[in-house]
Amino acid sequence: MRLKTVLLALILPLLLPAQMNLLSVAPPPKLTAKRGTTAEAKLNVQLQNGYHVNSNKPADEYLIPLRLTWTAESLVVDGTTYPTPKMEKYEFSQKPLSVYTGDFQIATKFKVPSTAPLGMKVISGKLRYQACSHKECFPPKSVEVKLPIDIVN
Amino acid sequence: MTLTRRSLAYLFAGAGLSQAGVKALKDRKVAPPFALKDAAGNTVKLADYKGKVVLLNFWATWCGPCKLEIPWFVEMETRLRSKGLSVIGVAMDEEGWELVKPHAEKLKINYKVLLGNEEVAQAYGGVDSLPMSFILDRAGRVASVHTGLVSKSVYEEDIQELLKAK
Repeated sequence: MRLKTVLLALILPLLLPAQMNLLSVAPPPKLTAKRGTTAEAKLNVQLQNGYHVNSNKPADEYLIPLRLTWTAESLVVDGTTYPTPKMEKYEFSQKPLSVYTGDFQIATKFKVPSTAPLGMKVISGKLRYQACSHKECFPPKSVEVKLPIDIVN
Repeated sequence: MTLTRRSLAYLFAGAGLSQAGVKALKDRKVAPPFALKDAAGNTVKLADYKGKVVLLNFWATWCGPCKLEIPWFVEMETRLRSKGLSVIGVAMDEEGWELVKPHAEKLKINYKVLLGNEEVAQAYGGVDSLPMSFILDRAGRVASVHTGLVSKSVYEEDIQELLKAK
């Protein structure tokens, strides 16, 4: 019985992919931004093999798009650029779906007002995604991102 | 937490995430009872389906594989209702009926659709991924569990076997 429990504990993590590990975002490096200019931050996203997330513009109105949002405080978000999606056909879909797989990058431009307080700050972002394999889908989830920004003259 | 729930789902399934065939009578456990609302606001209890073979399908509007399965269930409900099958769809969309109702209409769902909640999901082992289906025998016991997309014939075989048993 004890051996069975131990074996189960060892085997289960291999059999059951926990959603928490499906998508990860590398902590972004510090961004140095001059007052009165625009600075761009790039997020490196990694998705486990065998899974996809909907792109920022899914092919179906019911699918949940990938979306990066920021609480930028004194900075102004000046646009987010998502990578070009892949159009992939899955067993469950009649039409190809607009998805991201593997490693990809999302860029956000921040306008730094000339009055922005100088010095280091950390702003928060949320990347909302909804992941599926070719057989199953996982509920929508958000990953929090912390971006250190040094505002200089 | 997520892994724990999935582990529970695995254990609940007994023989894996998607087993082959229905469980032997001795291995079947009574399905957790629930009372959920339908689109009209009526409370529907699992106990109302006593004596029926029930295909309990957890789904969501954002789940692509679920959309492939739903037309199969619509067809089965039509064909096998008189033989004792009842399909119940439990929608797990957080947004509720605002999203689920038009989607169910678009898919022409002809069986009972209920709005799920965390409590029911936990009772059924977490339901961490969709689709997830539980097939219950006429005594309300879980005879088979399928997680993820499986073929229509898998459902058909399980259901036919359970319909034969009186």
